Amino acid sequence: MTYTIGIDVGSTYTKALVFSESQAIAGKAMAATGFKLAEVADRLFNQAVAEAGLKRADIEYVVATGFGRHMVPFSHVSVTDLTASARGAAFLFPGTRTVLDVGGQTMKASRLDDASKVKAFRLNDKCAAGTGAFIEKTARYMGYATEEIGPLVATSKNAVPISGVCAVFAESEVINQLSLGAPPADIMHGAISSLVDRSVQLMKRVQMEAEYTLIGGILRFNTMARVVREKLKAEVNVPPGEMVQYATALGAAILGHQRLRKLKPGNLN
Amino acid sequence: MAYAAGVDVGSTQTKAIIIDEAGEIIGRALIDTGANVIAAAENAFAKALAVRALDEREVEYVVGTGYGRYRVTFGNSQVTEISCHGRGAVHMFPDTRTVVDMGGQDTKAIRVNPKGEIVDFCMNDKCAAGTGRFLGAASAALDIPLDQLGEVALQAERAVKISTTCTVFAESEVLSWLGKGKKIEDILLGVHQSIAARSIGLLRRVGIEPQVTFTGGVARNVGMIEALNRGLNLQVNVSRDSHFMGALGAALFAMDHIRASRAPVHEAA
Repeated sequence: MTYTIGIDVGSTYTKALVFSESQAIAGKAMAATGFKLAEVADRLFNQAVAEAGLKRADIEYVVATGFGRHMVPFSHVSVTDLTASARGAAFLFPGTRTVLDVGGQTMKASRLDDASKVKAFRLNDKCAAGTGAFIEKTARYMGYATEEIGPLVATSKNAVPISGVCAVFAESEVINQLSLGAPPADIMHGAISSLVDRSVQLMKRVQMEAEYTLIGGILRFNTMARVVREKLKAEVNVPPGEMVQYATALGAAILGHQRLRKLKPGNLN
Repeated sequence: MAYAAGVDVGSTQTKAIIIDEAGEIIGRALIDTGANVIAAAENAFAKALAVRALDEREVEYVVGTGYGRYRVTFGNSQVTEISCHGRGAVHMFPDTRTVVDMGGQDTKAIRVNPKGEIVDFCMNDKCAAGTGRFLGAASAALDIPLDQLGEVALQAERAVKISTTCTVFAESEVLSWLGKGKKIEDILLGVHQSIAARSIGLLRRVGIEPQVTFTGGVARNVGMIEALNRGLNLQVNVSRDSHFMGALGAALFAMDHIRASRAPVHEAA
């Protein structure tokens, strides 16, 4: 059996995923990226391989992606996260035509063609207001940790309007809303709603079309997908569980197999 | 003797100034605004009164300014902080034609005429980049008190270029440079230069006409004074009371009211 690994060095988390020729996920691992990118990539490579019950030598091809992809010294090739996430999203949901990826420090929208190739994309990576950092900051201002956001916002019935123009200015808005007696859950809901407004704008700019697949760490909060559904008035695909975070690493690993097939056509059976 | 007061309720700090008829400052107070804005205004005023053991009734007119000016419940009227900063700066440095005011959450560029009236102004209203908040983030990330950042930056040999604009991302960029082994002073110089560059961009939009007076809380930072001087290629005016400039301007407007209310009485007599 041939195995590849996709290593997605994201701005906030790094993900590694081992994928087999038979299209099965054999192992995966994730950790906070931190500041030593090569080290975290190396460590997660070992963890994912161990989870798959394999040795490093069993992995035939290493594909690095994400903002830190050039910092993975042992990769065979690096691909942009747009290419990788398109491939991952299309594998999970073959009908995908628009991908929205909301990470810790970036928001990306891309439109795919029938062959799952990126036709158009738009990024927001200059301003935290359109990223997971905005949600984390909002939670932090109210004294909640990132893990508490999901359960907290699940209890909300109404969203308090949060302008979401700047993640720093949001602090005074949040404090103001708290002093007016707004429940933290509704404020969190409002922050997510304003983030979704930004996402929809970004998706409009790539001329979005169905099916929509949402990936990225923010999708761990079910509220995010629910609000996107409400605002788009359309169904959206969301990978199950942790796969929202692994979709890009998965895409990278799939691209690794594609590359291998090109390199060794004789080995194909 | 008539006394007038100005109370400047800023996003971070509240300042109060009491002046006499000659425009001399006879009482000043500075406190953190905190969550209770009304109390902050009252406390700052009480503290400024206490300097000369004045009674509240001896102050004939109070002008409120700053973002919380309508929360100065004892204020006789309100004036925007733009007008107050212009007026205060020209009072302190009569040749001032351009004012750069850097506060905790906003930076303003103001062009004034010789009378201290506003000709044009420009401010960051949507984004915290290039404001005092950026220094707050650096202070937290590097664990150096805010009031020492400037001095540390002055010891730098070579500035580290800070590439992110957003204050939220800048915090992680600062940490990543630290992780890559850059010296704290060099990183801090880069932070100061980045904020200065952003402010100079605002100044260009109103037109930079000497002399330039630097006001607001950040004007206490020697590193920022130096970064502005270098970026503008001139020496900015800085007063020991730079962070009281808005309150001073408000007090001067209050004194105008006292004089105006007396004028007809003098004519009649």
